[in-house]
Amino acid sequence: MKQKDITELLDEPACAHNTKSKSGCAKPKPGATAGGCAFDGAQIALLPIADVAHIVHGPIACAGSSWDNRGTRSSGPRLYRVGMTTDLTEQDVIMGRGEKRLFHSIKQAVEDHAPAAVFVYNTCVPALIGDDIDAVCKEAEKRWGTPVVPVDAAGFYGTKNLGNRIAGESMVKHVCGTREPDPVPETTDGRTIHDVTLIGEYNIAGELWHVLPLLDELGLRVLCTLSGDARYREVQTMHRSRVNMMVCSKAMINVARKLEEAFGTPWFEGSFYGVRDVSQALRDFARLINDPDLAQRTETVIAREEAKIDIALEPWREQLRGKKVLLYTGGVKSWSVIAALQDLGMEVVATGTKKSTEDDKARIRELMGRDAVMIEDGNPRALIKIVRDNDVDVLIAGGRNMYTALKARIPFLDINQERDFGYAGYDGMVELARQLVLTIDSPVWDAVRTPAPWAKARVVKPLDVRGDMPTADDRGTQIESSVGA
Amino acid sequence: MVEIVKRNKALSVSPLKASQTIGAALAFLGFRRAIPMLHGSQGCTAFGKVFFVRHFREPIPLQTTAMDQVTTVMGSEDSVVEGLRTICEKNSPSLLGVPTTGLSETQGSDVGMAVAQFRTQCPQFDRVPVVPVSTPDFTGCLETGFAKAMEAIIATLVPPASDAGTLPGRRRRQVNVLVGASLTPGDLEELNDVIALFGLRPLLLPDLSDSLDGHLGDEDFSPLTIGGTDVAELQTLGDAVATLVVGRSMHKAADTLKTLTGVPDYRFDHLMGLPAMDSLIVALSEISGEPVPERLERQRAQLQDAMLDCHFMLGMSRLAVAGDPDLLHAFSEMLHGVGAGVVAAVSPVNAPILKDARVDSVKIGDLEDLESLARDNAAEVLICNSHGVESAERLGIPLLRAGFPQYDTLGGYQKTWIGYRGTRQTLFDLANIMLGLERGEIRPYRSELAQKPEYRQVDTHDATTTAAAGTRRH
Repeated sequence: MKQKDITELLDEPACAHNTKSKSGCAKPKPGATAGGCAFDGAQIALLPIADVAHIVHGPIACAGSSWDNRGTRSSGPRLYRVGMTTDLTEQDVIMGRGEKRLFHSIKQAVEDHAPAAVFVYNTCVPALIGDDIDAVCKEAEKRWGTPVVPVDAAGFYGTKNLGNRIAGESMVKHVCGTREPDPVPETTDGRTIHDVTLIGEYNIAGELWHVLPLLDELGLRVLCTLSGDARYREVQTMHRSRVNMMVCSKAMINVARKLEEAFGTPWFEGSFYGVRDVSQALRDFARLINDPDLAQRTETVIAREEAKIDIALEPWREQLRGKKVLLYTGGVKSWSVIAALQDLGMEVVATGTKKSTEDDKARIRELMGRDAVMIEDGNPRALIKIVRDNDVDVLIAGGRNMYTALKARIPFLDINQERDFGYAGYDGMVELARQLVLTIDSPVWDAVRTPAPWAKARVVKPLDVRGDMPTADDRGTQIESSVGA
Repeated sequence: MVEIVKRNKALSVSPLKASQTIGAALAFLGFRRAIPMLHGSQGCTAFGKVFFVRHFREPIPLQTTAMDQVTTVMGSEDSVVEGLRTICEKNSPSLLGVPTTGLSETQGSDVGMAVAQFRTQCPQFDRVPVVPVSTPDFTGCLETGFAKAMEAIIATLVPPASDAGTLPGRRRRQVNVLVGASLTPGDLEELNDVIALFGLRPLLLPDLSDSLDGHLGDEDFSPLTIGGTDVAELQTLGDAVATLVVGRSMHKAADTLKTLTGVPDYRFDHLMGLPAMDSLIVALSEISGEPVPERLERQRAQLQDAMLDCHFMLGMSRLAVAGDPDLLHAFSEMLHGVGAGVVAAVSPVNAPILKDARVDSVKIGDLEDLESLARDNAAEVLICNSHGVESAERLGIPLLRAGFPQYDTLGGYQKTWIGYRGTRQTLFDLANIMLGLERGEIRPYRSELAQKPEYRQVDTHDATTTAAAGTRRH
């Protein structure tokens, strides 16, 4: 990929971060950077397309430690779970055989797995030695009659966020608009069908399936989700959508913008986390589609579902009321989840805003009040300190922070993509509540916070004979003080 | 308050109970060069033998008084005498146990008199200790039989302090460890190691970790046990500094030992989970006067960490547990400690300790009861002996094997459940089982509007079965 193209992707007019230096797209700082590379971002964004052969072109490290992303679910094909890489060798690099190997790899994938399409992810080494993957893909597609899509996302191009955009760009450039949607299927109740897409929804733990039934009922045909439980043939038809929803993440905002530019499709940003946000998302669809009948039916569905979920959540609310939460998660999710937690009667004492835009922050203030504590830099020590200072009952963050929390004896809930539970939709709220109670009320916290009985019971001894060892009593005190009890 | 639901049906279906008689036999098998001779028909022994051979995958020394029609009607005392003499002549054992069976008890056989007769008739075997114990199978279960045998062994072979001149604490490092039937040889090894870390010398009563731990010995064949507690050591119990008792079922045996020797004892219902193990460590530290070894501190911290890691999977999980009272109680407490719930609990017999189990109710019953309770209360995992396989399959939930017998698995007898380490491994095993259940799984929803042609192919078949098959994950 040329520097010009990268710069163009980094310049995203629809993104509120665009003018600020401190954004997800900013240059990574050596020695103080967490998070994935462009390849990581591109792969994560597209891997959920289930019937595609995803080939990682590069030596083993790229695919070897990242294939088989278990978080996202498919209702059908499982090809996306098969790891494929050209696994370049030293000889391939020296002798320039990478392109040839890629060409044969595509053939093998097509012949063995009959994929709907092949996606080829470029990585650092072939990018560096100058493999022309665009040309190889074009040639392979011609030879075997299966679409082959290059995703040029070498890690050194930039951050994970850039990778997300590269992925989206590849879809818009090579896939969207290459097929017309299937005719609208007959519906039994004669409701009008409107086509929509969900961009940036990954069907983590299958949570999309909490939401889809409602969209069905409203007559919203999801032409495509980019990319949870998607099929290649669905991605091809995204350009015919009436409304695009940017779900809970700015990762592929360029897709929404470009579809708007090219096809005039309006889009909105929304979330399926929390009762209020699910309802809002449904209303936004109706508003942008501008069909009075749909608007009315939407209100009916919302009223029914909210009443139903209110009853289902009641027993959990009793257990969660007044419990304090520290939320540390990026971007849109922070405000979206805050609302969800407040619905449960919990108090959000602080929230992470590292990836949040000014817009996001305004919404956070709206929800948490003027003095909302916003955490810009969520290093583990800082998070633990906030937990201690505010008597926080549970930390909600990404899986990366899970073991930090556990080591500090803090109840924890995983909110990121590696989790095993789906929290989206009205029904997802019940699961969220359940998981919160599970960890907050677990008896293990007492067991790990209480010092060993001998540490408490032992009378103060002078110095241990071993000299350098603290006495049992010292240890007990340390534990107590570190808990801040 | 735990509700004890008594047996309320005529037929026991898929029984959970193993007999008192073989429980007693098991206790004798924990002594060196010992052999139990069941006083009953030969089938009583044959079944018991198969039971233990399959569980331990070891040859099991077990004999019988082989009651037949004549002795059953005319009196079986002579059979006992003859059996004792034959075994003594052929094998010169160090300990002969004579557990009774339902048959000999119903007949009214007087084993005490038979042993007295044996003593008069065969003075040459005066030095072979013989311990009769009444263990009819129409009462109790394996756990009670085991406990009764230990009580009988102590009452018969441990000399009162006044006679033997023993003095508590004379052997400053010796600790008697009276253990119940719920501990496996693997558990006993762990317990042995922990006690030894405090510089104490544990004397296990009985020591199944030395006889039935599955080691390959030098001898090619032995008609007697190839390891276990040395019977001669029973003379020294009164000199020990303390006695540790593990299992509420052993309390009567412990009372007897304490009365005879005056050695102070420390009693533990079980050693599963953090608090239970902590109390043992406190006791050992007190007995030995030693600080808690660093290694144990580390193991404790490892268990704490495992509890944190596992609580996500085990919290609010629903388990069905079937086992003898001590084991059932132990599991209920350990699971409660990580936020897991026992939603179906079945014990073959009633016992006071069941009132203290961390459950709403305990059903005195069989595996059929367990199965229906587990189904009604939506249990997710079954903890039970190998007989639970069929139930687990019918329930469609996984099985964790614990207790007697475990005949369809290898090394079940060696699994360590107790201690910081054993608990940790148990938590990992259970949490892994939970992960395998994929509890958070949301059923795929197939939109009728979706542009996914495979859905329509499905619709032409039986939609429900295909959809269900689609949700199964591997």
